[in-house]
Amino acid sequence: MDFSFTEEQSMLRDTVAAYLGDHYDFDKRRAAVSKEPGWRPDVWKAFAEELGILGAPFSEELGGLGGGPIENMIVMEEFGKALVVEPYLGTVVIGGGFLKHSGHAAAADLIGGIIEGKVIFAFAQAEPQSRYNLAAVTTTAKKDGAGWTLNGQKAVVIGAPFATHFIVTARTSGGERDAQGISVFIVEKNAKGVTTRDYPTVDGFRASEVYFENVSLGADALVGPADQGLPLVEKVVDEAIAATCAEACGVLRKLHEGTLEYTKQRKQFGQPISSFQVLQHRMVDMFINVEQAVSMTYMANIKVGDDAERAKAVSAAKVQIGKACKFVGQNAIQLHGGMGMTDEMAIGHYFKRATMIESAFGSVDHHLARYEFLSLGKAA
Amino acid sequence: MNLDFTPEENAFRDEVRAFIKENYPPELRKAQDEHRPLTKDEYLLWHKVLAKKGWVAPGWPKELGGTGWTPTQKYIWSEETARADCLPILPFGMSMLAPVLYTFGTDEQKKRFLPGIYNGEVWWCQGYSEPGAGSDLASLKCKAERITADDGKEYYIVNGQKTWTTLGQYADWGFFLVRTDPNSKPQSGISFLLIDMKTPGIEVRPIITLEGGHEVNDVFLDNVKVPVENRIFHENQGWTCAKALLAHERSGIAGVARSKRNLEKLRTIAGTERSDTGSALLTDAFFRRKVAELEIDLTALEFTELRTLAGESSGKGPGPESSILKIKGTEIQQRLQELALEAVGHYGAPFLRDLSGSNAGVGPDYAKGLAGEMFNGRKTSIYGGSNEIQRNIIAKMVLGL
Repeated sequence: MDFSFTEEQSMLRDTVAAYLGDHYDFDKRRAAVSKEPGWRPDVWKAFAEELGILGAPFSEELGGLGGGPIENMIVMEEFGKALVVEPYLGTVVIGGGFLKHSGHAAAADLIGGIIEGKVIFAFAQAEPQSRYNLAAVTTTAKKDGAGWTLNGQKAVVIGAPFATHFIVTARTSGGERDAQGISVFIVEKNAKGVTTRDYPTVDGFRASEVYFENVSLGADALVGPADQGLPLVEKVVDEAIAATCAEACGVLRKLHEGTLEYTKQRKQFGQPISSFQVLQHRMVDMFINVEQAVSMTYMANIKVGDDAERAKAVSAAKVQIGKACKFVGQNAIQLHGGMGMTDEMAIGHYFKRATMIESAFGSVDHHLARYEFLSLGKAA
Repeated sequence: MNLDFTPEENAFRDEVRAFIKENYPPELRKAQDEHRPLTKDEYLLWHKVLAKKGWVAPGWPKELGGTGWTPTQKYIWSEETARADCLPILPFGMSMLAPVLYTFGTDEQKKRFLPGIYNGEVWWCQGYSEPGAGSDLASLKCKAERITADDGKEYYIVNGQKTWTTLGQYADWGFFLVRTDPNSKPQSGISFLLIDMKTPGIEVRPIITLEGGHEVNDVFLDNVKVPVENRIFHENQGWTCAKALLAHERSGIAGVARSKRNLEKLRTIAGTERSDTGSALLTDAFFRRKVAELEIDLTALEFTELRTLAGESSGKGPGPESSILKIKGTEIQQRLQELALEAVGHYGAPFLRDLSGSNAGVGPDYAKGLAGEMFNGRKTSIYGGSNEIQRNIIAKMVLGL
């Protein structure tokens, strides 16, 4: 048993942390997200060219660093600490995940494009009525000669305004919530019939409603098996959740540290408010929440490559992280008092991100139900 | 003990309901539906309708313009206005300052200031908290020195900073706690001053809150000259006024009627949203249980408030027990906001300032602004004496610990 990081992994963490320390402080981030285009392409370029981190989880043959989920975890935790909005999750973890696992003919080329920073993916999966059910897909892809015709709407596609390509789940057969009949496609954003409606999100990201109207796709747009794409979707989404848990750990650490710091310097009744036992215990409970979130994130990222254990491990971690995001986020604001309510202080921005992570890829209820089913079987 | 309404009370409910239906300003309804920030005039539209009808100040003594309603009628009033989603009357003049004025003010002060509050002609703001005086309000430092000016009249010269001044950007006047005796114990050197916000030396600067709104402000006072006759009650005894005001602030804070209304909204949303299986979210075992638990908590709060009100009408006044209402009331409001956000799933994320133009049609209308409301709602367990301070009050004043 070993929870230590390799030398390469430690270097990766240090490199990312140092770069973000120099180029991604709170004021720079706030300035970038509050105006168009809502992200910093120059930062993305630096990720590709200076840091080389866009290849972190890809094999060396493909031009990557030869890592996997642990490397994604390291990058995402650091991104969480700096509230990075650039689309690593959508591009490297999700786009890259589909390409790696599907053995798609163009995988090597597209992964090369990802590593160079030129190909950017957004994951067009959720739909207005799907909630968190990955099988709830009404967007259709109809066979058309050798290729397909795509129609439908995808909801709140994070990072879509920055993307060059979408990963789209579509129904190729079966009914609205059938597990069978789901296929995955790569769709270029500038393809004819693709339109988007872009907007910021409450936590400083950008997203779009994405509409497909008679979009013609070649046979090579299909990723993985036709009709039997759901297991692939589940696998990649689990990897995305494991990475999001790592991001949450970064966010939670900042929330907890910021609260300790603030309560030590804030004086009321002639003493630092950190001297009050009722607040001390609260901060201890926040600390316990953070530590358990980190433990579960490690567990999930270690097990995410093992298909037999993956789903249960990831849902368990997401439940823990969801609860921690609520408890730590809300108490961080509470202990900052009025200052926690201001846009000017970073703490509120971490709280907003924590709140959005709580429901990303499924709420606590969703993952608790999934865990129950996987662990205990169907309820009577 | 009984919970029935009399025929007269039911008739009163019908009258109130009909009045709201016929007289609620349509342009205000539209602005509320669009979730956009209100203009100063829009804030006062409903206030002015009620002032004309004589229903704007149910909490005031009858001889000063109060309605003379029984506690049950007041309860019906707050239920019906919340049910119809009427904009709450701004509390600063109406329910914060006015009780101080009619309890501690001189006849002349009452005559001078109460009508403007009643008619909604004068917008008041609160100058209590300071950067260094929040939970420990009595440590406030904003200084007022008494001088005799060249005109032979006496003035206070006020210097300092106030913060979290809600809607101070619109205020004509403010009520301020200032330190008139720097040498006595914290609570005993404070005075309660009314200050014209147009006085030279006052600067109001916006504070943008985490959801992006501009509701609160910093107020800077630089050699602001305030006539001595604008002081309420005795010099150095302003803390007595402040405490009375805070108790009033707490008793209204339970917000039972509003929470009932928001619970109905939550049920509507959860009845429309789909669960993972495609059925209505309200049929999802996990979600419905949370809604049920919240309803039970709200019922417990409602009956606790009714017991408190019954105590008040028998002359006991809002005591330290009202801290229970503040704690539970705000916790319930916050949980309602969290559940509404949870209910809309993915559509909690879009940040759309309003429903106009290109923002229409991104997700269901009811999802708009829910995240912002949830973020902004965190303030309720902080303001008016944080919930930690409320627990201290109960420990000390109620339990004698």
